[in-house]
Amino acid sequence: MQKLDLTSTLIHLKTKLWGTPKDRGPVFKAIIYTLLISIGFVYLYPILDMFITSFMTLPDLLDASVKWIPRQLTLDNYKEAFEVMKVKETLWSTIEGALLPSLAQTLVCALTGYGLARYEFPFKKLIMALILLTFVVPPYVLMVPNYVMFSDYKLIGTLKTLIYPALLGQGTKSAIFILIFMQFFKQTPLALDEAARVDGASDAGIFLKIAVPLAIPAFILCFVFSFVWYWNDTYFTALYLNGANIADTSKISTMLLELQNFDAMYKAHIQNSAGWGASVMGESVANEAIRMASTVLTILPLLIMYFALQKYFVEGIDRAGITGE
Amino acid sequence: MKIKRKKMGIITRRSLTGLVFVSPWILGFIIFFINPLIQSVTFSLNNVLITAKGRKLSYVGIGNYRDIFTKDAFFVDRLVDFFKDIMLQLPLILVFALMIAILLNQSIKCKGLFRTLFFLPIIVVSGPVLSMLMDSGSTTIPLIEQYGVFDLVRDSVPVFLQEAVIGLLSELLLILWYSGVPTLIFFAGLQKIDVSLYEASYMDGASAWVSFWRIVLPAIRGMILINSIYVTVFLATSELNEVIILIRSNMLDASKGFGIASAMAWIYTVSILVIIGICYFLFGREPKAKVLHYDTPVKKRRMKRAKA
Repeated sequence: MQKLDLTSTLIHLKTKLWGTPKDRGPVFKAIIYTLLISIGFVYLYPILDMFITSFMTLPDLLDASVKWIPRQLTLDNYKEAFEVMKVKETLWSTIEGALLPSLAQTLVCALTGYGLARYEFPFKKLIMALILLTFVVPPYVLMVPNYVMFSDYKLIGTLKTLIYPALLGQGTKSAIFILIFMQFFKQTPLALDEAARVDGASDAGIFLKIAVPLAIPAFILCFVFSFVWYWNDTYFTALYLNGANIADTSKISTMLLELQNFDAMYKAHIQNSAGWGASVMGESVANEAIRMASTVLTILPLLIMYFALQKYFVEGIDRAGITGE
Repeated sequence: MKIKRKKMGIITRRSLTGLVFVSPWILGFIIFFINPLIQSVTFSLNNVLITAKGRKLSYVGIGNYRDIFTKDAFFVDRLVDFFKDIMLQLPLILVFALMIAILLNQSIKCKGLFRTLFFLPIIVVSGPVLSMLMDSGSTTIPLIEQYGVFDLVRDSVPVFLQEAVIGLLSELLLILWYSGVPTLIFFAGLQKIDVSLYEASYMDGASAWVSFWRIVLPAIRGMILINSIYVTVFLATSELNEVIILIRSNMLDASKGFGIASAMAWIYTVSILVIIGICYFLFGREPKAKVLHYDTPVKKRRMKRAKA
């Protein structure tokens, strides 16, 4: 009898500490929060570190005892980074180079996704298989001939190299966006379409007036992703916008490209501002603070956009319902 | 008869409208996918010379491919390194991503805050930014080096994997950074699981561990496949990837040119497809219908009773 009591108290204790799926106990919660906070810290640490370092003065930077709280905050690093990365000129081209292709891509992927979700037509299955194929085949196979094609049409060095493929549904990772839109448009009830059709709406009208407003989270989700990927891409922008010569300044450059070639750019900047001798005597390698300041500059616009659209973004994820098919 | 024709008319018109919606993609597929794909094959089989008049192709058969394997000093090595890296990184990223997704899916306070924080890597991950962070040492765990873990690795891990394992350990935090999108996909999948399933299984005496294997994993099988493909493609096309850096430098190198670069890209593509094929083989197939566990004991008991 006593033994039974013991086991039952043990079980009771366990449920109390561990909880049930509906009502989690304190031990379970403690484990969850510890894990969440420690992983969150891993993500936050480099970003915090970056922000703080970017405001440090040189003495603080060299002093190992100063790690988290600088004795003195300075904006000089940002000034320097601003000049090295030529932010005045590159900011606009970076925004343009990310905004235009991603708008085009979102729009066309929405059209394609809608067509696939709402209409039956011959070879639909084949088209869907081909869409998956475009995702799996790495863009590097197509890169060489595309480069040749663009240079034949004298498009290298213009944003058209990014916009045209996006406008025809072949931008960066378009396949994912098409699938997301497809899932979304499948969710809008068909009855709405039919009602509108009875009222005399055209196909385009139904798409614009019914499907699009109901799929706003999908548009935001895809746009954010697309924008971020175009913004962060350096491989194709370097190739298509700069061509063979990366140091050629007459062509379009983006902040990310400047960041990639930061050391070279910094050297050039020092030489420009202080003459040739300076690079020999002074520091020709940028210090940590300036590097971090320039990194902050490149991701700041993305962070702002992310936090501004965060609510819709998460809603989009909730409803995107990426399925296994 | 009349009615039938009218119906046909509506169907074809509707299917035509559907095709109109998809037509930009089809056009783009032909111009920016099929066309370069064919050209890429042609380039890889030719020696491409760039002259003042234009490009000159001279057919060399599989010469380019042979040269890559026999003459090129770096390509094969880097490809093998890439294989090793992916072998170690892919499972780790998937496990991390699933873990984070499960954590996020719990009923927690400050849900919005944690979500915002955990999807941050999607925004920040990019070649130059990551290499800046790597340079500054933000992506490594200093403790690993201090406690001689590397020596332990050298003693215990087979030689051909040693370098990859050490690389992995020194960039362990980077792996966490890579798991942004996979987390998101797992998270979307987890949210679809009906909460009452967990409760029902709890009532039947299943522990959290059992319900993970019996409810969660089967429900997100598809996501595992999608994620493994996504991660493979992501790692393969990441700007920090040595192989593609090599391909581009070969492409812009006048002495080697487009022929070699195309052949390299093809070898690379085929090897990525092989990896994806392996993923499909591992995660893509439907599991065989298993005999349910409670069946056997019940049957045995019945048989015993029958005997008695």
